[in-house]
Amino acid sequence: MTDAPQLFAAREPIFPRRVSGTFRRLKWAILWITLGIYYVTPWVRWDRGPNLPDQAVLVDLANRRFYFFWIEIWPHEFYFVAGLLIMAGLGLFLFTSALGRVWCGYSCPQTVWTDLFLWVERRFEGDRNARIRLQKAPWSVRKARLRLTKWGAWLLIALATGGAWVFYFADAPNLLRELATGTAPPVAYVTMAVLTATTFTLGGFLREQVCIYMCPWPRIQGAMMDPGTLTVGYRDWRGEPRGKGGVKRQRAAAHAVGGGEARARYGAAASKDVAAPRTSRDGEVLGDCIDCMACVAVCPMGIDIREGQQMECITCALCIDACDEVMARIGRPRGLIDYLALDDHPPTLPGEHAAVRPMGTAAAGAPVETIPVDGAPAPAPNAAPRPAVTVPELRDWTPKPLWKHVLRPRTLVYTTLWALIGIGLLVALFVRPEIDMTVAPVRNPTFVTLSDGSVRNAYDVRLRNKHGEERPFLFSLAAPGALSIALEGEEGLAAPVPADSTRLQRVYVTAAPGDPAALGGRTPVRLWVEDALSGERAHGDTVFNGRGELR
Amino acid sequence: MSDEKRIDAETGTETTGHQWDGIEELNTPLPRWWLWTFYATTVWGVIYTILFPAWPMISGATAGALGWSSRGEVAAEIERVDLSRADLMESLVTVDLGVLDRNEDLHRFAVQAGRSVFAANCSQCHGAGAAGVQAAGYPNLLDDDWLWGGTIRDIATTVRHGIRNEDDPDARWSQMPAFGEFWTDDEIAATVEHVRALGGLEHDPDLAVVGAELFYDNCASCHGDEGTGDREIGAPNLTDAIWLYGGDREALDRTIRHARFGVMPPWGARLGEAQVRAVAAYVHGLGGGEEEAMIGDEVEAGPDVPDASFPASAEETPREAGEPPVAPVAD
Ligand code: SF4
Ligand code: SF4
Repeated sequence: MTDAPQLFAAREPIFPRRVSGTFRRLKWAILWITLGIYYVTPWVRWDRGPNLPDQAVLVDLANRRFYFFWIEIWPHEFYFVAGLLIMAGLGLFLFTSALGRVWCGYSCPQTVWTDLFLWVERRFEGDRNARIRLQKAPWSVRKARLRLTKWGAWLLIALATGGAWVFYFADAPNLLRELATGTAPPVAYVTMAVLTATTFTLGGFLREQVCIYMCPWPRIQGAMMDPGTLTVGYRDWRGEPRGKGGVKRQRAAAHAVGGGEARARYGAAASKDVAAPRTSRDGEVLGDCIDCMACVAVCPMGIDIREGQQMECITCALCIDACDEVMARIGRPRGLIDYLALDDHPPTLPGEHAAVRPMGTAAAGAPVETIPVDGAPAPAPNAAPRPAVTVPELRDWTPKPLWKHVLRPRTLVYTTLWALIGIGLLVALFVRPEIDMTVAPVRNPTFVTLSDGSVRNAYDVRLRNKHGEERPFLFSLAAPGALSIALEGEEGLAAPVPADSTRLQRVYVTAAPGDPAALGGRTPVRLWVEDALSGERAHGDTVFNGRGELR
Repeated sequence: MSDEKRIDAETGTETTGHQWDGIEELNTPLPRWWLWTFYATTVWGVIYTILFPAWPMISGATAGALGWSSRGEVAAEIERVDLSRADLMESLVTVDLGVLDRNEDLHRFAVQAGRSVFAANCSQCHGAGAAGVQAAGYPNLLDDDWLWGGTIRDIATTVRHGIRNEDDPDARWSQMPAFGEFWTDDEIAATVEHVRALGGLEHDPDLAVVGAELFYDNCASCHGDEGTGDREIGAPNLTDAIWLYGGDREALDRTIRHARFGVMPPWGARLGEAQVRAVAAYVHGLGGGEEEAMIGDEVEAGPDVPDASFPASAEETPREAGEPPVAPVAD
């Protein structure tokens, strides 16, 4: 049973190397901006007047209010939140169909915090090789010290993460004081503890395991990509066969052949002075990949992008930076690993991964040798020889420009939908009234006969006042005939509604004895309220039920 | 489907030997932390069943080491609410009912409490909407016609002692004689016509004249010469549009012939003073409540208004005037 399959595998630790370059810089910028927004937002103040909280962004769960700068969302306006969620969803569709897993690579909290934790790790324990050595070394005072300081720093970041979260749900300065003095509500401490623990373990120890095993998003995104989607990939047709070449020989070849062959290798986009293909010691033609493993060393997911698209790849683009650095050093054009789409592959015949014209073969149309790109061992000797195939003229091939990948019908449809919902929400936001009412007729009983023979209906009116101060709401009635209106518990027709509140007011409408409305069936009526201070009006339509004696 | 296990060349992972249309299944090992998570949740599950009620026994379930129960939680919540409302409760019992509505919080508290009390105790006869049942003589509490008075104080007295019951010596009491025992059918029919005339209903004027005489001699002592009734003795006003048992000839005939004897039990002992007052405030606010007449400077220097208010902590502040988040509970 020695070869019984392993049911469980331990995590292989990954030690991503430091890298610098365009994408790394972009990622640092996004990291500091997103973290900055996250930590600073709850502390931004916003004056809403005396009766309302002055925190710019606040989720007030106890009172069921959501404040966002000048916007205040009430529970009945939850459609705003739904709309924003739909926009977020469409936005993800858009970005994923155009740029693959950019969300994963740049802005997912898991990626951002792991990046931050890795940065800390490098500060304390050094770069990749030093960390591998430390990992292998037996426990010593130094190792313990390094590990403990690293974990300590992680824990502080984790605590700050969980800490910042709770400030979104209560007045931040107040809560900080309470937290410091131990008088904050228990739920604040519990939330902080849970978030600290998850940040610490997910960012420090589970890292890529989260993306591979826990998160559903990679699968969903995989299904949303298509051959036109830009994603991080390896230009196998350019890089293969990989190998360490003889540099001198390569220079000589460059002189001998000039730009012509470069054109064959890089397509029409190649510039004249790009060097000719490299050759190995034995004179074999080599691709651009010098097999330095830099792309593997920097990968936070621990994969080799040269094997092709993989579920593990979060498209963080660090391997692009790593490879570009190498290409610059060996004098090759950048972008051996690059943002590319599957349909960007130079023209080859079906069934072939890639075909590279060996140096010195005849002009276009001649049979060429094919090379598998997945790095698998060469085909066994007894395997059927691959048929020679014809590669259409690579010289004339130009890759599709980037914008053609981004602007496609699919992405345009997503953008349009996204924008429409956005505009709809904005319009709704600006036209929504500051006062509001709903009317519910009381149906048990539908009417009451009073001692003088008049007929009375009752209505439960819910009044909403979104102003930061108490407002008197004046009632009036638009109805045919001699109908009069009165309020339960109020002398006149004004019902004061406290600041930022709703009020349930029972309203009576009475039809004089003998009035058609009193004797008839259902009479439509409209109740109006007017904010006596601002003159804003709102109305609700309902019916008046008579005794039903007239038909 | 074949059962041939082999090592997949691309990944170096063993296959399960299953394949569907050429698609083979890799036997990828699960991550080890997953296994530990599984063990941890299992252990947690066991601990949980020890701490909390879980294992079904023949009668009931294990109680759990922490002694927690959902009933206990509700009881604690009720106790918490009761405590936070204690001073409102106390003020409600002691306040002069004439000024109850001068403390908005207290009045709102009473009305909301009364809503529950009414639904649990009164709706069986008076209906969930308080519209009463005419056929059975359960009065409609929504209109502005009151047999025994329509101020909060009057209503509270009615609720506290009830009407025409033997259980409470202070019950409101009056009794109409059954005129069928000493009147002829004609006399009854004539009185019916007069009563209909009093109420402004269609009637036979000739008979009504005869009935009027009978009315003055026999009924006016209680219902008044004009038939406007007397609240002291619960004698209904016969001139308004509201008929407790119905204003048609048949119903009036029955009323005069056999008399009526509407009974309401006393609630004071059963509900306690606070709930009696609460339900009175609720009924008073249903649309027909009457204000207490204040005399002279009583309006200014009336009885003390207690200053009890709803607890101020955020969780308990009703954002919706008219609707406290937790309705007080009837015990
Ligand atoms: S796969 Fe990883 S990086 Fe991508 S969304 Fe999930 S957690 Fe984030
Ligand atoms: S292969 Fe690795 S380094 Fe390259 S983009 Fe994917 S996750 Fe990043």
